[in-house]
Amino acid sequence: MQPAPAPRHAAPRTEQIILFRCSSEIFAISSSSVQEVRSVDSLAGAETDITGSSVAKVRHAIRRNDKNIYVVNGAIHFGLRPSPASLIFLLRNLRVALLIDGIEKMSTMSRLQALPLAYCHEERNWYRGLTVLDQNVVPVVNPHGFLLQEELMLLDLVTGDSDTPMAAAATTSHSGLVP
Amino acid sequence: MSWLEQSDTLSCVLLRLGERRFALAADQVAELVAPSRIFRFAHCTAEIDGVILRRGRVVPVCDVAEKLIGKKLISRRFYLIATRRQGTSFDWIALPVSGDCELIQADLTPPSPSDSAHVGGWLSHGGEVIEVLNLAAITPGMISQESESEPLQETTPEAQTC
Repeated sequence: MQPAPAPRHAAPRTEQIILFRCSSEIFAISSSSVQEVRSVDSLAGAETDITGSSVAKVRHAIRRNDKNIYVVNGAIHFGLRPSPASLIFLLRNLRVALLIDGIEKMSTMSRLQALPLAYCHEERNWYRGLTVLDQNVVPVVNPHGFLLQEELMLLDLVTGDSDTPMAAAATTSHSGLVP
Repeated sequence: MSWLEQSDTLSCVLLRLGERRFALAADQVAELVAPSRIFRFAHCTAEIDGVILRRGRVVPVCDVAEKLIGKKLISRRFYLIATRRQGTSFDWIALPVSGDCELIQADLTPPSPSDSAHVGGWLSHGGEVIEVLNLAAITPGMISQESESEPLQETTPEAQTC
């Protein structure tokens, strides 16, 4: 009789993450959510200024594939002190780009803990959860939490990226990508 | 029967916040731990200081002293880690306390309708009348049954985080 094969242990599920800095705070984002990393300088001139929008964290848009990609200032989004941003994450399958100060490093997380219920305001949209890396707690951002559907609609109206009459009246101009 | 006539014996943990003592039902207390490093990240819930790591679990720290005694604790001797349950949700919260805690058995007097939402009952111990805390009313993220009809006041987010 042949011995039973040793049970196969499933490899622990891990996720590749990028640790990035926004106004001296560290956040993590799944690397699969980031399609492209660009320097702010490389996009200078390719973006549109957004004026007259009530979405204060978005001041620029980038035109790609006939659609606007809105540049969210990470520091303003997280309620932090604005700081000079140097990089932009273009997020995968979203019309959102994220302005950040810099990348700290790439890492792997094996466990994502739910955000404790005690956090009960906007941050529940901001984060997928928390992870522990090198004895530090790092929030893992939710790529869908940077712009709500209503905010996207508002921005589309202001930039004219829709067929509404209001959009046609909105003004846009070109300038450098300064956060 | 009026609220004054009902009483049950309850195991409670007495905790100290500044000069005052409060009680928490013992079945809501997980452990008492020495203060450890607080990790902070951007958020908008003003009542939460940050989180501590305890047995691999992330536990939010909520200083309830400001609500209960009107000022934040200057010295934190311990964190009382309490459990909160609502429906199927269950989580932990660390309450900074300024002195040793004590496990006692005492007769609980239910709260009167005029009591604040944070009062889950009253007990008498060592000649002192002590409030038994209703955690759901003093910590964020839980719906307090007592305060369902009267929502807690919205807090102003901290300037540096929101």
